[in-house]
Amino acid sequence: MDVVLLSRLQFAVATMFHFLFVPLTLGLSVLVAFMETKYVKTGDETYLRMTKFWGKLFLINFAVGVVTGITLEFQFGTNWSRYSVFVGDIFGSLLAIEATAAFFLESTLIGVWIFGWKKISKKAHAIVMWLIAGAGTMSAVWILMANGWMQHPVGFTIRDGRAELVDFAAVVFNKFAILEFFHTVPAAYILSAFFVMGISAYHLLKKQHIDFFTKSFRIALVFGLIFSIFTAITGDMHGVHVAETQPAKLAAMEAHWETTTRAPLHLFAVPDEKNERNSVEIGSIPGFLSFLVRHDFNAEVRGLKDFPKDERPPVLLSFFSFRTMVALGTLFPLLTIIGWFKRNRLVESPGYLKIMLWSIPLPYIAIELGWVLAEVGRQPWIVYGLMKTSDAASPVASFQVLISLIAFILVYSFLGAVGFYLITKNAKKGPEPAPEAVPEVVAEPAAG
Amino acid sequence: MVLQTIWFFLWGLLWALFFMTDGFDFGIGTLYPFLGKTDQDKRIMINSLGPLWDGNEVWLITAGGVTFAAFPTVYAVMFSSLYSALMLILFALILRGVSFEFRGKVDDPRWRKIWDTCIFIGSFTPALLFGVVFANIFKGIPIDHNGIYHGTLFTLLNPYGLLGGVFFVMLFLVHGSLWLAIKTEGDLHDRVASVANKLWPVLLGVAVIFLIASKFSTRLYDNYIEHPAFFIVILITVIALFGIKYFMVKKSFFKAWFASALTIVGSTFFGIVGLYPNLFPSSLNPRYSLTAQNASSSPLTLKIMLIVVIIFIPIVIGYQIWTYNLFKGKVTKEDLAYEEAY
Repeated sequence: MDVVLLSRLQFAVATMFHFLFVPLTLGLSVLVAFMETKYVKTGDETYLRMTKFWGKLFLINFAVGVVTGITLEFQFGTNWSRYSVFVGDIFGSLLAIEATAAFFLESTLIGVWIFGWKKISKKAHAIVMWLIAGAGTMSAVWILMANGWMQHPVGFTIRDGRAELVDFAAVVFNKFAILEFFHTVPAAYILSAFFVMGISAYHLLKKQHIDFFTKSFRIALVFGLIFSIFTAITGDMHGVHVAETQPAKLAAMEAHWETTTRAPLHLFAVPDEKNERNSVEIGSIPGFLSFLVRHDFNAEVRGLKDFPKDERPPVLLSFFSFRTMVALGTLFPLLTIIGWFKRNRLVESPGYLKIMLWSIPLPYIAIELGWVLAEVGRQPWIVYGLMKTSDAASPVASFQVLISLIAFILVYSFLGAVGFYLITKNAKKGPEPAPEAVPEVVAEPAAG
Repeated sequence: MVLQTIWFFLWGLLWALFFMTDGFDFGIGTLYPFLGKTDQDKRIMINSLGPLWDGNEVWLITAGGVTFAAFPTVYAVMFSSLYSALMLILFALILRGVSFEFRGKVDDPRWRKIWDTCIFIGSFTPALLFGVVFANIFKGIPIDHNGIYHGTLFTLLNPYGLLGGVFFVMLFLVHGSLWLAIKTEGDLHDRVASVANKLWPVLLGVAVIFLIASKFSTRLYDNYIEHPAFFIVILITVIALFGIKYFMVKKSFFKAWFASALTIVGSTFFGIVGLYPNLFPSSLNPRYSLTAQNASSSPLTLKIMLIVVIIFIPIVIGYQIWTYNLFKGKVTKEDLAYEEAY
């Protein structure tokens, strides 16, 4: 196998694995900060126990997320050195700013939050979690700005075979990156909400810690409801912008071959890349694709055949990633709206609770497929329209990459298994008993 | 150009700060199986760095990120040339990081044994390999005019490279044992202090050999001979190195740790000053070397990044000092009783 293919596989493994943990870090930090603030404001011990219980799950998840994040920074240099030379001016500086201005704060304060319960005031401790959440979101801003630049490069000039920065503001206010941010981060919030709702549902189904998990469920429900609607809206805006900036990706994700006006939307299709057509098309709505991307039923939408064969992304993978993501993205508002009507009688709705328990993986699938679409749909380009992925890899021996790829698969499988085990174990165990309950139990027999 | 020179030394400073901060974590992790007789000893050792190691490690990410931003060609050639060494460091850091978090989560000696091993491997490997890598950079790396590396992982394991590895390990062992001396009491403290006392002469010996070997294996001294004023870097480092011993004898372990921090920064700068203007010298032909001038970003990027660094690095240092101060004092049994402790 060649270095490019191996490096792509390695990048996919490292990134998709890392991204199993990042979204929960982004969203759960906000939820834990909210719970801790409630505790500081009301003095209600239930909120303290919630902060500790969800905080523990947050920390296990955070640990795996942090250590696998270093890989991503290293990989651009180790495996994509030609890319790194080409984009260092812009992409490199965004990564460096992320570390300096955001990730430093998050990593330093996480230690303060874990070990600082008695060292700083309750209020300061809650503020620390808000700062962790804020720094995490700022990290996302810079990372998505870097990715946004790969998707839609702006503010540069090509000099000596490198993309040199000429307009920093253009890079910072790149519309593509802004839309990515407002689609990805809220999606991470949905994932976190479903995580909290699913684990709460587990305990509510068992009728244990009812007050604790009803409160947790409701907080997550509101969060999930707001952001599942928000994500769907920004998803639509993002799709429209992709149609303008990356027409080949749009054509691939819709399996749209011929350039036509009144372009149809296929609810389901099986793209046949060899024969440049769809072997199956079910539920085609005439003009609807035109309407979605141009908000006009008669607008023209470019088809895949308009692009040279070597500039088309893989159609099958793009199409199915997109279809599955959208299907799941439609399900999330529905599930949270149903939850809203059942919020006062959750324990009496075991059917709904079971669905929510089994829904925990769904946002994970949706968010991973969203990234598969973003990255695979950009192919064959690593920087859209400027540099091809095949020209970007390092001049290293393929056996080196093969060995490191195997090592990643082994180490990450091990980490994933341990992380999953620890999160499940602690989630099932439930919160520590309320502190008041302990002396009561001890005091009663003593008094009697 | 002035901007490129400023960035060259900032680049060196960020690596030095990484070695200075995460260095004692590496040292403690390496001493861990030897000094941690009981589970309580071990827990005291990892809790002494518990609130700090994560923030320390970000200096690596920043040093890497700044290499990418300010000297993209160096980042590309350095990381791809040193592929296997960096992958080993990466896996080691991954294991070390999760070990701290996972070790105490299941109450089973076999479970803890797994993570104990990972803490040692995860700390010793980066300590050794960062030394090997930087000694090889001081010496020159076999890269051609296209920045393609002509060698393997074993090319790096030459005598001077290995000596650099041993030097780094010794620096971090002393640094880590001094940190433990600050953070512990009783029997563990006495053992740690005695280890620090025994390690110091070894460090001195290795440092002297490294300084002499650098004369024969590298061209670092060229800059010093050309500008003798630079010898002050070596002088300060040597004074700091003896300062460790001086304060150790007086049992002022915090001051000794500080002297050790200065020794690490000084040792890094010994190489950085000698390298200038090379960031990644070629051993095949000096004309293929990557320098501050031929490998840098555009002036605009360097300017923007300079502003970012001037604003944020002092802020980062500020809140890290606040954190260190917040967690000063000995790690006690009460600290271990606390449910979030490692």
